[in-house]
Amino acid sequence: MNSADTAFILAAAGLVLLMTPGLALFYAGMVRSKNTLGTIMQSLILISLISLEWVYIGYSMAFGPDVGGVIGDLSWAALRGVTIAPSDTYATTIPQVLFMVYQCMFAIITPALIAGAFAERVRFPAFVVFSLLWAVLVYNPVCHWIWGSGGWLAKLGVLDFAGGLVVHATCGVAALAAVMVIGPRRGYGQTNFMPHNLPMTMLGTGLLWFGWFGFNGGSALAANEVAVTAFVSTHLAGMAGMAMWTVMEWIKLGKPTTLGAASGAISGLATITPAAGFVGPNAAIAIGLVAGVVCYLAVNLKSRWKFDDSLDVVGIHGVGGVTGTILLGVFASKTVNPGGVDGLLAGNGAQLVSQMIGVVAVCGYAFVVSWVILKAVHAIMGLRISEEAEHQGLDYTEHSETAYN
Amino acid sequence: MKKVEAIIKPFKLDEVKDALNGIGIKGMTVTEVKGYGRQKGHTEIYRGAEYVVDFIPKIKLEIIVEDHLVDQVIDTIVAAARTGKIGDGKIFVQPVERVVRVRTGETGSEAV
Repeated sequence: MNSADTAFILAAAGLVLLMTPGLALFYAGMVRSKNTLGTIMQSLILISLISLEWVYIGYSMAFGPDVGGVIGDLSWAALRGVTIAPSDTYATTIPQVLFMVYQCMFAIITPALIAGAFAERVRFPAFVVFSLLWAVLVYNPVCHWIWGSGGWLAKLGVLDFAGGLVVHATCGVAALAAVMVIGPRRGYGQTNFMPHNLPMTMLGTGLLWFGWFGFNGGSALAANEVAVTAFVSTHLAGMAGMAMWTVMEWIKLGKPTTLGAASGAISGLATITPAAGFVGPNAAIAIGLVAGVVCYLAVNLKSRWKFDDSLDVVGIHGVGGVTGTILLGVFASKTVNPGGVDGLLAGNGAQLVSQMIGVVAVCGYAFVVSWVILKAVHAIMGLRISEEAEHQGLDYTEHSETAYN
Repeated sequence: MKKVEAIIKPFKLDEVKDALNGIGIKGMTVTEVKGYGRQKGHTEIYRGAEYVVDFIPKIKLEIIVEDHLVDQVIDTIVAAARTGKIGDGKIFVQPVERVVRVRTGETGSEAV
């Protein structure tokens, strides 16, 4: 066991956990005041729900001994054999139980991200059942394909440094399926759904950005050069995304908005996630700038297609995750990370092809399975709150509380 | 006795209050209100989408004065609250039937 690596991943795990309450604030500021607590709860409760799931089956499904390249078996269920001794497969210099809890934080935030798409209109019990099924049937398998030992996409050479596919693409396409199955909020297109507390969203943005250093930096799984590369790329892509989105908005709408700046930062951070440890600072800035443009345009398509992706999970996380995964195949360089790969610009077009295969496989699988889970949960217990409850707001109808007096 | 009710732009409140104090008006009631007239609403932008906000914040002043002061009060408010741009507000005058001071039970102009 290496003490420096262990100390670093301990801190990184704490940082990634902080992103979930950070996301709760980021999302809650953007909904109407009557849905503040309901929205916060759709992030917060996943810390309990997914941690339980992860300990008892999730970790074993994602990282346990491989079955045919598609899933881990359940021999590590309830953490059997997962101890303070380092694993001989994953993060070999830190206790395996630390690797387990670090990965747990990723599993928590991914379904929490989806909830932004169906904000303000889903019953809490149905949300809990959907999130649990989604974690088991979508997150765990995809995590195994890419990060698990023997995963079929990993064998094809698909790379995802910190979760462009595993986290952002999966939650983005699940969000798309959710928007299509659940439908828009009542009054969509006629009523204004303006954010009720943007300073809360700004606080959430700060916490997310801060936590992202643990998310991407920690994905090196050691306190080494790759962690530094990832940390620096993360910051540079976040700032470039923020700058670009702000400029786009300023040109097209005449005013730079704070929500635009925050959205651009999150776009840049999501887009650099798959590439963070494989690209240098200049490439990271380029990726952030592209994110600012592409995600801005994607979010604007929503209103044209009449999709009520309420908090833009598809446009920011889905499009960002996919864009970053593809750009990894363009900008990756072995001079930056000798243990990584070369991309198109370094003369290796094959990596770009691998990345595309990864995108198609992950997005296709995640979309279809998310759709089926949503339809099943809807048929069995009903996903939507009643019209009256939607008028009253989630805070009161789902939790018997009020955020503001 | 009349009630002068004035809807004005919020940033003009201090100027109007000072001007009214200057002509000896000793009290007023102020309420933050929202509404629209010819100015209509305004547009806000969130994530690239434009939202029309119908109701604009305004301040409502209520002043009770004796009949012979009404014109002077109106002129004072108009002079202080006017910017010349759309949305400067409106003034309404209504008769007041009775006035009672709660502490003493005084009525009529004594109570104002």
